[in-house]
Amino acid sequence: MSATLTESYTWFAACSTTDVPENGGVCVKYKNDQIALFNFTRRGEWYATQNMCPHRMQMAISRGMIGSIEGEPKVACPFHKKNFSLVDGRCLSDDSCGDLKTYPVKVEGGRVFIGIPGAEEDTWA
Amino acid sequence: MKIVIIGNGMVGYKLCEKLLAKPIAAPLHITVFGEEVRPAYDRVHLSAFFDGKTADDLSLAPASWYADNGIALHLSDPVLSIDRAAKTVSSHAGHTIPYDYLVLATGSAAFVPPIPGVEKEGVFIYRTIEDLELMQAHARKAKKGAVIGGGLLGLEAAKALLDLGLGTTHVVEFAPRLMPRQIDEAGSRMLQGKLEELGIQIHTSKNTAAIVGEDTITGMDFTDGSHLEVDMLVISAGIKPRDELARHCGLEVGPRGGIVVNNSLQTSDPSIFAIGECALHEGMIYGLVAPGYEMADVVATHLSGAAKSFTGFDMSTKLKLIGVDVASFGDPFIGPNEARTIVLEDTSKGIYKRINISNDGKKLLGGILVGDAEAYNMLLQTAKNGLALPPNPEDLILGARGGSEEAGAGVAALPEDALICSCEGITKGQICSSVTDGGCESVDAIKKCTKAGTGCGGCVPMIKDLMVHTMKSQGKYVRNVICEHFEFSRQELLNLVKVKNLTTYNEVLDTLGKGDGCEICKPLVASILASLWNEVILKKGNDTAQDSNDRFLANIQKGGTYSVVPRIPGGEITPEKLIVIGQVAQKYNLYTKITGGQRIDMFGAHLNDLPAIWEELIAAGFESGHAYGKSLRTVKSCVGSTWCRFGLHDSVSFAIRIEERYRGLRAPHKLKSAVSGCIRECAEAQSKDFGIIATEKGWNLYVCGNGGSKPQHALLLAADIDSETCIRYIDRFLMLYIKTADPLTRTATWLNKLEGGIDYLRNVVVNDSLGLAEQFEQEMQELVDAYECEWKAVVESPELRKRFSHFVNAPEEKDPTVQFESMRDQKKAADWK
Repeated sequence: MSATLTESYTWFAACSTTDVPENGGVCVKYKNDQIALFNFTRRGEWYATQNMCPHRMQMAISRGMIGSIEGEPKVACPFHKKNFSLVDGRCLSDDSCGDLKTYPVKVEGGRVFIGIPGAEEDTWA
Repeated sequence: MKIVIIGNGMVGYKLCEKLLAKPIAAPLHITVFGEEVRPAYDRVHLSAFFDGKTADDLSLAPASWYADNGIALHLSDPVLSIDRAAKTVSSHAGHTIPYDYLVLATGSAAFVPPIPGVEKEGVFIYRTIEDLELMQAHARKAKKGAVIGGGLLGLEAAKALLDLGLGTTHVVEFAPRLMPRQIDEAGSRMLQGKLEELGIQIHTSKNTAAIVGEDTITGMDFTDGSHLEVDMLVISAGIKPRDELARHCGLEVGPRGGIVVNNSLQTSDPSIFAIGECALHEGMIYGLVAPGYEMADVVATHLSGAAKSFTGFDMSTKLKLIGVDVASFGDPFIGPNEARTIVLEDTSKGIYKRINISNDGKKLLGGILVGDAEAYNMLLQTAKNGLALPPNPEDLILGARGGSEEAGAGVAALPEDALICSCEGITKGQICSSVTDGGCESVDAIKKCTKAGTGCGGCVPMIKDLMVHTMKSQGKYVRNVICEHFEFSRQELLNLVKVKNLTTYNEVLDTLGKGDGCEICKPLVASILASLWNEVILKKGNDTAQDSNDRFLANIQKGGTYSVVPRIPGGEITPEKLIVIGQVAQKYNLYTKITGGQRIDMFGAHLNDLPAIWEELIAAGFESGHAYGKSLRTVKSCVGSTWCRFGLHDSVSFAIRIEERYRGLRAPHKLKSAVSGCIRECAEAQSKDFGIIATEKGWNLYVCGNGGSKPQHALLLAADIDSETCIRYIDRFLMLYIKTADPLTRTATWLNKLEGGIDYLRNVVVNDSLGLAEQFEQEMQELVDAYECEWKAVVESPELRKRFSHFVNAPEEKDPTVQFESMRDQKKAADWK
């Protein structure tokens, strides 16, 4: 995972590993926000990003298809197929529409945890 | 070397980029002053701001880019004075910075004519993001808008007013026609007609005398005594160069403004340069971005110690104004003595094309295109490079007749130094060598390697042609490979998957591909698997490879809700079933509409509700309509001989039989069909992928028709055949299409590319020239027998149902961000934000 762990995170228990389809995503409710969580089984990796696509402000990233471009893991929004890096959330499409916020993910004892930066504050509302 | 750049617009930014890329030996210290609060953004696409783009989207590079490259960027900090003796500039914030070289990229300001009342509230100029934000705020309470100025920017501003939701928009132009600098009178008339169709009212030869209203504008008075009521006005009457700093420090400026520069873009002080819209070169101000970029390159080259001069710039342009193509190139207006003019005017389609040809008929000198500018790139190149014209020069704008050969010489005839991308200044030679020497074999790779096509993007089709041409001439087989994960065409992959008996996406990727897949190959492979084996598409492992709509067996709509379309074969439905649809729609609060394919679409379903909705529909005898899939949609029918006094056969019964046979069949693209009971053709079968029309003796079978954006009539495949033969022919036709078509290619496009065309197709299907007819029929029968309703499979499986919740950790909760608005007693999705 790319996020450096020097920042402090609150680890939020999202769901169990089997709740997330293989090589697919789900949407996680965290307080009043929505986080897209991906189980990239092929790579043995987990990723989390904001669920809202910045292009047309749609809550849809979790329903997008994941894959890779030149080795970099990415997700395509189901609405207009804008591509975003799962590593740092940057928009990979030629006509960029802004980037996604990303979150670190860890798996422990069959549970999936999403790292929320800082303590209580929601920073991306 | 200390370089100070005044102005952080598009051209000022491009200079930074160019300077960083040049081999400059001495350590480079670049300081940039910008007047606006934001770093440089894309002013060309400013109106996209009202189309949903944000200021960040338009940004050319974030502030961090300047910092990362060691450029000191001072925003919101206009420079107040230049001390040429001390070689320093002083800014509003109190910075005094020394320079070795100073570049003025101060751009231009809107020219506001001295009309009484311009200071009133509700009167705007159209120049910066701040202007747009002010307009946005005012537009909320405005209903009628006007723009002064019918030039390129004025029409852009009119589009902005439309996007802002103003009901009426007027354009007021002083000259007798629109875009007087780019197009002639006839072209302008055509453009005016097109724009008026879109709800913009155009007033030419009109001079504004006063802007009236108390504090806020309420109307405009004109010199001819007429009056227009408006509550919002945008002035876009031209630009004036920002030359005040230069004037102040004694640099030479033109009599009507603009900083005088030589061919090296040096001002009257050799240490000071001027580029972009503030520079006056040979009496000319260049108000386009491409020449500005070229000027930036000239200055960067000069400062790196090499030689390059600016010798004027071609002002050819092509743009899409409010959805209408407008282009002019070369000398568009050249008179009747110096050239022959060929004009094509089609008022029904709104197309105007004019080309000017040298009197000896050998060279193209210029032209104008309105309504259809597809030929622009090739015409521009033909004119610029003096290419020889075809024997009938009118073919250049008419297209060749009576043959499939393309008119004109094509990319092969262009000289190596033909400028293909004028934004970035990339030639044909550079593009071709990126293919031969740089190993670029995709348009994306060429874009990355050369930057060609990364500006306005207008030259991308030509880059692709050049790439294909270059690869072919190297003897390279230009394959239509799927994506970076599969080095096969769809047809090759389908055959391999079949031979190797693969049944899941992962198996296919592991065996035949590489990497992790993407949104291009996943649905393609999923479609191939469904076409070959017809298993339930949501089986584990294949579920997440489905296209987003297939994954949730419904079409995602604006706002993130889904639509539900049950199958209504042939458009026949009992009153009881109609009532069930009404009840379900009522219960789940769905918007209902009759589709173009004789069925009923229910919109606005929450993801969570889909299984329950379908459970009720299935209980009432409905099944999936596959409206979400690349598969058979609907078989439309007229009422036929059971009721109609003209009907020859029972078209409804035959349509139901056809629809039930091919329901759920996955194909490279969607499939539509229809059956008409007589030659009156009420079911419009000749616009379908396969259409059937009753004759006295049986059925006529038509194939490869299409509605949509490029309508195409279906062609007769077989005449006067009986029902059984008709179905056998359709089996064979569909299997051939499924096996050989490229992804997302409708049957019409497939036929257009098929060597031998309809004659070849008829030979295969009717005369069995490949000897595959029996195999095709057998394969189709296996697919037909394997059919099951995929929604039934989901409704009955708790495991599959679980996937239809919005929140994994709150499965009962629906997406709280979904919003509806009401319209005509029903709901509609809230607009894009």
